[in-house]
Amino acid sequence: MPNPTRIIINCETGVESIIELTDAEVAEMTYAAELAAEKKAEEDAKAASDATAKAALLVKLGITADEAKLLLA
Amino acid sequence: MANTFELIASSTVGAGGTTTITFSSIPSTYTDLALKLSVRSNSAGFREVWVNPNGSSANGTSRILQGSGSAASSYTATRYQVFGATNPTGSTANTFSSIDFYIPNYAGSTNKSLSADGVEENNATEAYAELSASLWSVTSAITSLDIVLSASASFVQYSTAYLYGVKNA
Repeated sequence: MPNPTRIIINCETGVESIIELTDAEVAEMTYAAELAAEKKAEEDAKAASDATAKAALLVKLGITADEAKLLLA
Repeated sequence: MANTFELIASSTVGAGGTTTITFSSIPSTYTDLALKLSVRSNSAGFREVWVNPNGSSANGTSRILQGSGSAASSYTATRYQVFGATNPTGSTANTFSSIDFYIPNYAGSTNKSLSADGVEENNATEAYAELSASLWSVTSAITSLDIVLSASASFVQYSTAYLYGVKNA
């Protein structure tokens, strides 16, 4: 199975080239995609964890989120 | 002199799709750059559209506001990101996401800002619309732009990209 391609348009000459990615470029793209997915998963997990902790703290304090905003205003 | 808005180059993706659309050797003779994309991905899930200036995927950050059709939200991306919900394979057949983005002062010696708006075209309850603001914290002039999808997805056939140069004097 051939590797995916990229399109390169040279804006000075107007020439368009379609180039098959090298194995190294495919590996680099895959690695970058994995890193991005890991980072997003970490950020999502942190956001969920923060939201849980915030809700627990509000329960512990016995106040609502709006009341907490009033305290901080 | 009247303002100008000139087509620099364009591309239509052919059969088999492509992972990357690159505009290289962008002339520095304009004030700003404007790009218009009509794209659909080959992925079953939503994919982000990222822009790599001068081939770099580093030093970018973005803030995105989005509406899904039923809820509004926002998030931050550590990329030069112009859209987050590119039409996936399950969206209405033959529809494409429409995305516009603008890079002022692309050839200057300050960090490069970018603003974008985009919509996912979908005949369903869920169809995303987004606004994004980005910064590429690099002071070099932009001479090339790679347009890619997240997770190594590909742009499908008939996706298009049009690059315009804008002169304000």
